[in-house]
Amino acid sequence: MDEKTLIAKRVALELKDGDLVNLGIGLPTLVARYVPAGRHVFFQSENGIVGMSGPITGAENHDLTDAGGSPISALPGAASFDSALSFGLIRGGHLDVTVLGGLQVDREGRLANWMVPGKMVPGMGGAMDLVTGARRVIVAMQHSAKGEAKIVGRCGLPLTSVRRVDLVVTDLAVIEPTDAGLVLKETAPGVTVEQVIANTGCELIIAPDLRSMPIEG
Amino acid sequence: MKNKLISLEEAVARIPDGASLLIGGFMAVGGPNRLVDELIRQGKRDLTIIANDTARPNNGLGKLVVEKLVRRVVTSHIGLNPETQKQMIAGDIEVELVPQGTLAERIRAGGVGLGGVLTPTGVGTTVEEGKRKVEIDGVTYLLEMPIKADFALVAAKQADLYGNLTYALTARNFNPLMAMAGATVIAEAEDILPVGCIPPDAVMTPSVLVDHIVTSKPR
Repeated sequence: MDEKTLIAKRVALELKDGDLVNLGIGLPTLVARYVPAGRHVFFQSENGIVGMSGPITGAENHDLTDAGGSPISALPGAASFDSALSFGLIRGGHLDVTVLGGLQVDREGRLANWMVPGKMVPGMGGAMDLVTGARRVIVAMQHSAKGEAKIVGRCGLPLTSVRRVDLVVTDLAVIEPTDAGLVLKETAPGVTVEQVIANTGCELIIAPDLRSMPIEG
Repeated sequence: MKNKLISLEEAVARIPDGASLLIGGFMAVGGPNRLVDELIRQGKRDLTIIANDTARPNNGLGKLVVEKLVRRVVTSHIGLNPETQKQMIAGDIEVELVPQGTLAERIRAGGVGLGGVLTPTGVGTTVEEGKRKVEIDGVTYLLEMPIKADFALVAAKQADLYGNLTYALTARNFNPLMAMAGATVIAEAEDILPVGCIPPDAVMTPSVLVDHIVTSKPR
């Protein structure tokens, strides 16, 4: 299994029956494929729909896309609305889970994921509202990039929000930010605690009940 | 009552150089793309654009940036239009990046007569720079100012001849908010219907907000 699939499968286990969930573009989008059987999850796209699903080839509608502009479909029971209502759901505490990519997460559990000064200035889009307003924020990202740790003592990149995220799922580990610091809860199949520590840029607290990710190879 | 249905050329001719334009759409989905093309054809310049994103270089209002007709843009995302980033770095275009939910509420505030919006989004980030903070019940909010513009260019699924509008699916996005915040509102509609064909409960933007209607279908 490739790293992205592993991350997506692990994040999917966090989704509960009846949850309203927003998935970011890219890796987080894959999570929708792995929702455990028997759990009905409502996916929101912030451009204005609850109840989206993947595209149906041949039935694309130019008025029905995700936040990246790619075709999607609307499941029976879906609802569409304007951008103010869509962000009202997000900011108003009605969104159960948001899953976003990350550039850095720091010891305080704060996320930076919207710009690299001087290099990449795409804009924050909906990310700041999502991290500020969602009931639960899950960061899905590679543990390190080009040999550099992405989990660091303090974010050098501009923050997305000062809100502490709830869970970080990477190709190496599951980490929970807490008052005491970052707690290593799970390691990926075949990955040792030492490997996780070596690829992390700040101290980790090892959970007493540390386990391997409950993902079948 | 005056006839609101006018030609594309006539509608865009009313927009002067230097105008501020609210433009509906999300990655050009639900965008008034014929009005945008006509702005380019008529060579309108020094425009201020307020829109969710600057789309792609070859798509929707992204083309306005490529044609160098935009002086300033207020938007949440420019990541898929490298031309916007290039002109921003070169100092040819001024870009104000606004969180998407804040952008929606600032436009809404502009359209409904509110003096601003208090939002927790952006507190503690670069977005808070230069903004007033207000604490309410122990929570810190940023005061974000309302947005209005000279024109709102919106895209609708249906318009009746009074100017009542409906939108389809995710093509709705910013359109109904913008239709309230433009001093002059031009709606580009796929289907133009006789008065009475859109039931009252189905109207998403009431006709009183709409000044001009154009068809989105090429002649």
